[in-house]
Amino acid sequence: MRKIFSEFSPDQRELIHIIHKVQKEYGYIPPERISEISRHLKISESEIFGVLTFYKTFTLEPRGKHLITICMGTACHVRGAPAILDEFRRRLGIEPGETTEDKLFTLETVNCVGACALGPIVISDGTYHGQMKMREVEKVLKKYKNEKAG
Amino acid sequence: MKDVYITKLEKTRAEILVSLKEQKTCITICGGTGCHAYGCLKVAKAFEDEIKKQNLQELVDVRTTGCHGFCERGPIVVIQPDGIFYQRVQITDIKEVIAETIKNKKIIERLLYVDPRTKERIIQEKEVPFYKKQKRIIFGNNGFIDPKDIRDYIALDGYKALAKVLFDMTSEEVIEEIKGSGLRGRGGAGFLTGRKWEICRAANSEVKYIICNADEGDPGAYMDRSLLEGNPHSVIEGMIIGAYAIGASEGFIYVRVEYPLAVNNVTIALDQAKKFSLLGHSILGSEFNFDIHVFRGAGAFVSGEETSLMASIEGRRAFPRQRPPFPALEGLWGKPTNINNVETWANVPLIINKGADWYSQIGTKKSKGTKIFSLVGKINNTGLVEVPMGITLKEIIYDIGGGIKENKKFKAVQTGGPSGGCIPAEKLDLPIDFDTLIKAGSMMGSGGMIVMDEETCMVDVARYFLNFTQEESCGKCVPCRLGTRQFVEILTRITQGKGEEGDIKKLEDLSESTKAGSLCGLGQTAPNPVLTTLRYFRNEYEAHINKKACPALVCKDLIAYYIEPEKCVGCLLCLKNCPVDAISGERKKVHVIDQELCIKCGACFDICPPKVMAVSKYTGRKKDRMIKKASR
Repeated sequence: MRKIFSEFSPDQRELIHIIHKVQKEYGYIPPERISEISRHLKISESEIFGVLTFYKTFTLEPRGKHLITICMGTACHVRGAPAILDEFRRRLGIEPGETTEDKLFTLETVNCVGACALGPIVISDGTYHGQMKMREVEKVLKKYKNEKAG
Repeated sequence: MKDVYITKLEKTRAEILVSLKEQKTCITICGGTGCHAYGCLKVAKAFEDEIKKQNLQELVDVRTTGCHGFCERGPIVVIQPDGIFYQRVQITDIKEVIAETIKNKKIIERLLYVDPRTKERIIQEKEVPFYKKQKRIIFGNNGFIDPKDIRDYIALDGYKALAKVLFDMTSEEVIEEIKGSGLRGRGGAGFLTGRKWEICRAANSEVKYIICNADEGDPGAYMDRSLLEGNPHSVIEGMIIGAYAIGASEGFIYVRVEYPLAVNNVTIALDQAKKFSLLGHSILGSEFNFDIHVFRGAGAFVSGEETSLMASIEGRRAFPRQRPPFPALEGLWGKPTNINNVETWANVPLIINKGADWYSQIGTKKSKGTKIFSLVGKINNTGLVEVPMGITLKEIIYDIGGGIKENKKFKAVQTGGPSGGCIPAEKLDLPIDFDTLIKAGSMMGSGGMIVMDEETCMVDVARYFLNFTQEESCGKCVPCRLGTRQFVEILTRITQGKGEEGDIKKLEDLSESTKAGSLCGLGQTAPNPVLTTLRYFRNEYEAHINKKACPALVCKDLIAYYIEPEKCVGCLLCLKNCPVDAISGERKKVHVIDQELCIKCGACFDICPPKVMAVSKYTGRKKDRMIKKASR
């Protein structure tokens, strides 16, 4: 944390930059870091909590080893994204925003990744899978399934 | 001092131009996000490796460029200077491209684009129908520029406009030029850019700010991303010129966090601009100082609204606030702030270089210039298209877009994102500009154009958008926070077949109050998708409510899948693919769906071979009859 703080002046305008950095470092925002940020920026913890829960990117829970993101943009929607999402929900047994019990997968939706030509799109750990079909859902998951959660 | 920098800029330009004149063959590979997803980086790497292996570096350049726009056909490779257009290029094609096209100057027929209408194979990029009717004055350079190399932009007259402004024009003259061009903001509202600058310039303050709004949140629109990724310097140059005109010393580019490539490319571009003394202290040796920072958003749609965006930069929750005071007078940290959209900024250098008169000849009486649309959805040629204002929807959808996928029937085009509306087939001849779209009940918005065919349910689309705004409502205003929730509840009920008489009236009343009682654009325009679908597709709402039927066969609760016994060949394919084992049958015997078990995922419908097409969808009374028949 000290290293992160050294890059930013103690000013509210740095708050979102700092949260980005913390999330990158830990994969999520560990609650105890909030008070450290509060002391550094001299803003109340409740305000920091308000900011980080306002924005979708930030999460207070650790994510699974693999992140599956389903694009729910309009172009993907009309090309069948809801059915793809349903299939992931069914196979993983979790709702968007949740992590599987074995901590292997986190399922998320996003409102548009701007690659509309390829809809419906699924992103697994940064790899784009364009023009997804229902039957390809298993293929995407299979790659990781044999691993043990890290 | 001035001469030193200008000479350096011009010298660089001249050097690059000379090297270009040598007409070295250049393999350009589209590096836009669409092509990235298709694996263009691997293709580019393979080209580089092969060129090295064959020792051709002296003769051939390989360049990863910005987005070419024709995302449907990625990865796209264009071989310059001949402009040979290869599409869907795979790693396995690369050796052949080098052996045939580069060395023997022979065209590889298989990689060419085939015009689906004439069946003709097209060699040159500019001859492809997708590009023919476009006017790519903003977006066209993307295909020539390596966004990570400022020299490519400089070679194409980059930063010439900035030098002209700094040394030959006063701030007032710049504003007059922009006003004269008739440029209107491309972010959605369409306010006159020059007028906006003028107000901010007149504001009395030592400190002023410039913001580039790249929080492109409208689902289905991605032109801002492609501009920032593909030609970041055009946006940066526009911003510096704007800052000079207004008298700002600091600028911000607010980019969505979902656009990592844009953040990366724009950060590199800013560093390079500083090295050429185009940013920072004493720009190009003049007395003008200006610097730009990149701000990464954090995933909130409402932060695209200007007052919310500024709150976000200040490190707070992205809540909108009352206007006036407008940002031009009281913006970021209470100081006068001018905020424009990415595409607006990219127009600025062009207007300065070519003049307001030239610019204002393009477009319609009140909407000048071009507009980039993202043409997506059920359309053959998906991609980004730049067209002059005033072009008709028909030209965009049929001439450029190549018509509807699988020859289905066109139903509607949705413009303007969650704030816009759906325009039906009878309005296809509508010339597109800011004002005609509003008249049709929709809006320009940021330029998303989502094409919908007969298989799109308009009630479901309305529900989709309201669900979106409900999730994205920041919660500050009650009519928006609770109104959108009510919309979602009513619309969901309708799509589930639980619609009641009077629901349509309720939706209309709710629209009125949500519009009237919300502070920012998000809430004020949230009812638009409902209002336009009610205006043009009321019969679909009525079918859902009165007949419990979904005419487009989309709403799960209102449809049933059924295997036609006379068509089924008993191939077991659907049976094996059914995720819930709801299909019974044996090889060469008719399969049957157990309606009780069926979750209506559509897997059987998708997998049944096109030659057989034994799985059908039914709704309404027909559905009830089929279910009865099947249970017998």
